Amino acid sequence: MKDIILKVENISKQYRLGTIGTGTISHDLNRWWHRMRGKEDPYLKIGETNDRATKGKSQYAWALKDISFEVERGEVLGIIGKNGAGKSTLLKILSKVTGPTTGEIKTKGRIASLLEVGTGFHPEMTGKENVFLNGAILGMTKAEINSKLYEIIEFSGCQRYIDTPVKRYSSGMKVRLAFAVAAFLEPDILVVDEVLAVGDAEFQKKAIGKMQDISKGDGRTVLFVSHNMAAVKDLCTRGVVLVDGKIDFQGNVDSCIDFYLKNEKAQKIYNKKGHCNSNYVARVFITDDLGDEVERAIQRSEKIYLNFELYINDATDVYFGSTLLSNLNDPIISLPFDNKFINTGFVHIKILLPTKNLKGGEYFVEAALWNKGEVFDRKDDFISFVIIGDTVIEKSGENIKGYLISDEVWKIKSI
Amino acid sequence: MKNEWLYTISAKKKLIDFNFKEIWQYRDLLLLFVKRDVITVYKQTVLGPLWYVIQPLFTTVIFTLVFNTIANIDTGGIPPFLFNLAGVVSWNYFKECLTGTADTFKKNQAVFGKVYFPRVVMPLSIVLSNLIKFGIQLAIFVAFYLYFVFQGSSVRPNLYALFFPVIVIVMALLGLGLGMIISSMVTKYRDLSFLLNFGVQLLMYVSLVTLPYSLFANNGFAWAVDYNPMAYVIEFSRFVLLGEGTTSMFGVVYTLCFAAGVFLLGVLVFNKTEKSFIDTI
Repeated sequence: MKDIILKVENISKQYRLGTIGTGTISHDLNRWWHRMRGKEDPYLKIGETNDRATKGKSQYAWALKDISFEVERGEVLGIIGKNGAGKSTLLKILSKVTGPTTGEIKTKGRIASLLEVGTGFHPEMTGKENVFLNGAILGMTKAEINSKLYEIIEFSGCQRYIDTPVKRYSSGMKVRLAFAVAAFLEPDILVVDEVLAVGDAEFQKKAIGKMQDISKGDGRTVLFVSHNMAAVKDLCTRGVVLVDGKIDFQGNVDSCIDFYLKNEKAQKIYNKKGHCNSNYVARVFITDDLGDEVERAIQRSEKIYLNFELYINDATDVYFGSTLLSNLNDPIISLPFDNKFINTGFVHIKILLPTKNLKGGEYFVEAALWNKGEVFDRKDDFISFVIIGDTVIEKSGENIKGYLISDEVWKIKSI
Repeated sequence: MKNEWLYTISAKKKLIDFNFKEIWQYRDLLLLFVKRDVITVYKQTVLGPLWYVIQPLFTTVIFTLVFNTIANIDTGGIPPFLFNLAGVVSWNYFKECLTGTADTFKKNQAVFGKVYFPRVVMPLSIVLSNLIKFGIQLAIFVAFYLYFVFQGSSVRPNLYALFFPVIVIVMALLGLGLGMIISSMVTKYRDLSFLLNFGVQLLMYVSLVTLPYSLFANNGFAWAVDYNPMAYVIEFSRFVLLGEGTTSMFGVVYTLCFAAGVFLLGVLVFNKTEKSFIDTI
């Protein structure tokens, strides 16, 4: 028998675009007039779906539309989606910061949220005073905080400063202290939004470890939102993919991440109109074997080309070179170019990407166009692309080390 | 297994949805907010909490100079300083409650936008922390009062002073109720917060804080005092503290009804707003 702790039914949320001013009063009056006569809100019908990039006609947009899902007790649910897909709005509704426009959420436990830590700190108060205040804001009682005070301070690593006003803290220390308070919350359902992107590497590790303790060790129900696919994969058991305010996919976490990466527009074409008496990079794009442009995530087995269109005004001593960078900006492979092929005018050059040697993840293309005295064009993120990791190890959910995968195979011999 | 939901988040709003149990659960937060408000106001000042005392004293001295020494307004046998101090201390409590709660949503949108707790904790904490300030200021009033009594002034303590706590509660309800109404309206249209400053100043003059009722009795502005609950409140507080001033049964009933009405309306409006104000603020 499934023990459903949280049930979300047809949640929708409408937002009004633009600014609030004299113009919006007429809408408010109209809405009020409809309500007085017992009619439906006239503006609820006209919202458009929430595709951020296209300009819409309507003044209203649905940040969320008919969201329904269930969460079992002890489950860690990952909520995945692009910027503006509605993840944060959903978490805000779940944590009662704002109400839904329509729909209902039923829950069997107390929900506490860990959205952007550190709000509610008062700069004039000491660290310890702020621990109490922040804990109380998050829903703890004074007695609860008192019993965990030592652990919280210990975890934050701010012992020396604990009786100093928070305004004297470095920003990192503030975040550490705030996360420490939040980490010791004990609600039935914990809502976490992007908090792992804070603090230094040591603290991040500590924070992720704590998150794992909470979800795996204590068996708490957690809703987790992050862009960090590795963290999602690590922590979550099930996932929901949001696209433009709707649930496009739900299922176990691996199939969710696959779905997300496949449908994400992973590449954006670089396009620039430069000046005709200069040398510049005009276009950067990625094509498949047939020469069609590719904007989705790439399978390692595919033949994919990286294309550059260069405009060359003066070809004397011009060099061109490109490098693949990891998402942490580490150079991985150099793609050198022989300058004797450069002529004036538009030049189209392409190179086969070593896709079968790259592990899953996002890569950036750095390129430069220069001669001995001058750099004409240089950028370390002309475009990026995403490789879907499909090695046995990656499929099992583990991280593999390094960036390159050898295409040699192990030779096995029984001895 | 039974499906017993702990609570439901839904789009439908109940008209009255005052969850006392929940507010009780957050009582520690309420006290911590009070503590924060009291201890942080004068942090990094030399005189510290003494400012709680100096502020009303300065105001009273200025009022006494301007209205009584220069403009020569008669305070009906009460020492002008004491007359003004009683008015100022009471008025200050109402004013601080009103202006403090009036920007609840605007001032706290960063916290409100991230975490849920019963929003009403915030205005309640303001009313309570102001009560502490008010207590300190009242102590100063009592000190001066005793001084004037020993100096042989005509003021004498009287039994009506026992009603003073009721007056304080009425002031708190008025300030809180009005403040909650204004704070809710400010979430969408900010115009009101500009008007509030002028309004409070204007209200002070027709609330008999520095001027005795006799000044209004024979001119066209008598209605502004007659229908102003704060004028009654200030006049009552002066009556119970100093034994002087005009009172009437109508005034008592009118003020009590007005305060209760404003408070209830404030709770209703606040309740309606707190659910989704974060989208419009």
